[in-house]
Amino acid sequence: MDLLNAVIALSNYVIIPAMAYGSQLALGALGVTLIYGILRFSNFAHGDTMAFGAMVTVLVTWGLQSLGVSLGPLPTALLALPFGIMGAMALLLVTDRMVYRFYREQKAKPVILVIVSLGVAFIMNGLVRFIIGPDDQKFSDGERFIISARTFKKMTGLEEGLAIKTTQGITVITAVIVVALLFWFLNRTRTGKSMRAYSDNEDLALLSGINPERVVMITWLLVAALATTAGVLYGLDKSFKPFTYFQLLLPIFASAIVGGLGNPLGAIAGGFVIAFSEVTVTYAWKKVAGYALPDGWAPDGLIQLLSTDYKLAVSFIILLVVLLFKPTGLFKGKSV
Amino acid sequence: MKKMLMATTAAALLATSAMAASHSKEVKLGILIGFTGPIESLTSAMAQGAELAMKEVTDSGALLDGAKVTPMRADTGCIDNGLSTSNGERLIADGVAGIIGGDCSGVTGAILQNVAIPNGMVMISPSATSPGLSTVEDNGLFFRTAPSDAREGQVMAEILMERGIKSIALTYTNNDYGKGLADAIESSYKAAGGEVTIVAAHEDGKADYSAEMGALASAGGDILVVAGYLDQGGLGIINAALDTGAFETFGLPGGMIGDSLPANVGDALNGSFGQIAGSGGKGADAIKEMSAAAGFDGTSPYAPESYDAAALFMLAMQAADSTDPAVYGGKILDVANAPGEKIYPGELAKALELIKAGQDIDYVGASAVELIGPGESAGTYRMIEVKDNKNETVGFK
Repeated sequence: MDLLNAVIALSNYVIIPAMAYGSQLALGALGVTLIYGILRFSNFAHGDTMAFGAMVTVLVTWGLQSLGVSLGPLPTALLALPFGIMGAMALLLVTDRMVYRFYREQKAKPVILVIVSLGVAFIMNGLVRFIIGPDDQKFSDGERFIISARTFKKMTGLEEGLAIKTTQGITVITAVIVVALLFWFLNRTRTGKSMRAYSDNEDLALLSGINPERVVMITWLLVAALATTAGVLYGLDKSFKPFTYFQLLLPIFASAIVGGLGNPLGAIAGGFVIAFSEVTVTYAWKKVAGYALPDGWAPDGLIQLLSTDYKLAVSFIILLVVLLFKPTGLFKGKSV
Repeated sequence: MKKMLMATTAAALLATSAMAASHSKEVKLGILIGFTGPIESLTSAMAQGAELAMKEVTDSGALLDGAKVTPMRADTGCIDNGLSTSNGERLIADGVAGIIGGDCSGVTGAILQNVAIPNGMVMISPSATSPGLSTVEDNGLFFRTAPSDAREGQVMAEILMERGIKSIALTYTNNDYGKGLADAIESSYKAAGGEVTIVAAHEDGKADYSAEMGALASAGGDILVVAGYLDQGGLGIINAALDTGAFETFGLPGGMIGDSLPANVGDALNGSFGQIAGSGGKGADAIKEMSAAAGFDGTSPYAPESYDAAALFMLAMQAADSTDPAVYGGKILDVANAPGEKIYPGELAKALELIKAGQDIDYVGASAVELIGPGESAGTYRMIEVKDNKNETVGFK
């Protein structure tokens, strides 16, 4: 019985939150990695693209809510998601036409594009704050929990509760669907294959008649869809605040690089590695140990490896170690 | 028509010359607070509170035989030491006789070290609450009408004990304010016999608080005390705690008290409690009425303290019969504390007359001013409990 409590406590505070957070990071890292693989630069505007897509979704959600449209137990935001994706697509295509294309034609070095994307990030950030304001916005509705800690305790009679939020469930399920669709697209369709060809060798791809502008456009469209989905899921699970999306950029890049930049599978693995390491390394094992160990063995201390102050440092130590010993990331990506 | 014009012009001319005579002396007071930055939503009411006191005194004509008090606003950005220092220097160059400010603890220390002490200028801060400012070497130039967070720690410990809470988990926002307050709560509560299971920092505006919540939940405790900001990490921590079922009741220090928190969290916050600097009674009622008449909210955090800071300057100047900081600085404690006749907001004219007549006053003001130790407010706190999704005042301490 006590071992069961230990498992439940661990799931509630480590496994479930880390799964949801990992899925959000993975979706974000997929977008970063696609841009790196195909357009060949690190897009610092990715966090703010997420914020923009999520913002459009929030606005449409409010509209739907005021019209009385709802999905029952599911959040209305899912219904508004396609509009958010379209908004982000329009924004990215306009940005590409106005900014990135110029530098592409100049054959600008990646480092220049990185700085350009930083500028774009600030503009997008300003745009989002200008439209929706810098404050926290609430837009989730529907059932809050699939199972709440209190009902779980009542149901099982265990001491520890297990809470699964609706948004956590939706996050993981959506992430699985989106990743499956993306892999099907990249591996099975003609357009997807042409994108991979362009990514592997630009010159050969051009020789075989692939239209580069079309590949670039499709990449942006995919990135918009991924970024908006990640942004909305994150906003549903926590809350929508423009500034936090800029902050999210660091763990997202860490995920993409740990997994191997340019490799979609790596981005997903990287997202989960970063999320789990952030939560587990700084977890205080006192409670779990108290249940798992025989009576009287449980220590008084917190059994915490590192204080939570260092949780960001954990991601970066992993990043450094990976770059030192495997510069292309866990899965074979491009070396940075 | 022409006659009328002549008449009014003449009248106006007369009036101006009369004004010039009675207001021959101009006293400038700087208001150096963060009109931009993290507490920009509070500073507008703070400045208007200070200006309300100045207007009251100017209208009375009782200060130093009819001196006119002019406010000069300047920005600190709340967290921008460079901006604060240069704006402080500018105020000195413009000839202010005293500075009301700074607002946030960090910049207040910077202004004190770089501007006030080198220039021998007196500062009264309405809102800097860091305990570190109590022990800083200030040459008798620094006062504050806001209490130190060390006092809030004691108040919180008393409230926890009265409610029979035996153990707490404590998390704070990782800056000067959060750390100072957390230290104060921890030491006072332990001294009172309570157990603090864990003290963990959280960063504001972060992506995810699962890790922090895991550690806090594992350490356990009757309630979770969140020494943070209500529209920042503090909200994220509370949501994470409720989502995982780790804690159900929260202790909320001043930075977490505001209307937006119960609104954002919802029913689950009912039963949580805390405290914020503020007082009730005659002074608070008076400032509320006066500010309503002047068109702003005088109950906004630190607006009463700002009124009091401005009032203390002018009363001390009257007591010293001088606008020289070196002369009137020593009088601030005299006018603020007993003995003497109690003075409330709206009675500044009376106070000035009393001082002129050589009588003692005890300035109570809008925030129950009582300056202790190195010249900081003893601090009255409003005890808050969240009931029916609203912050309700349940008493004073």
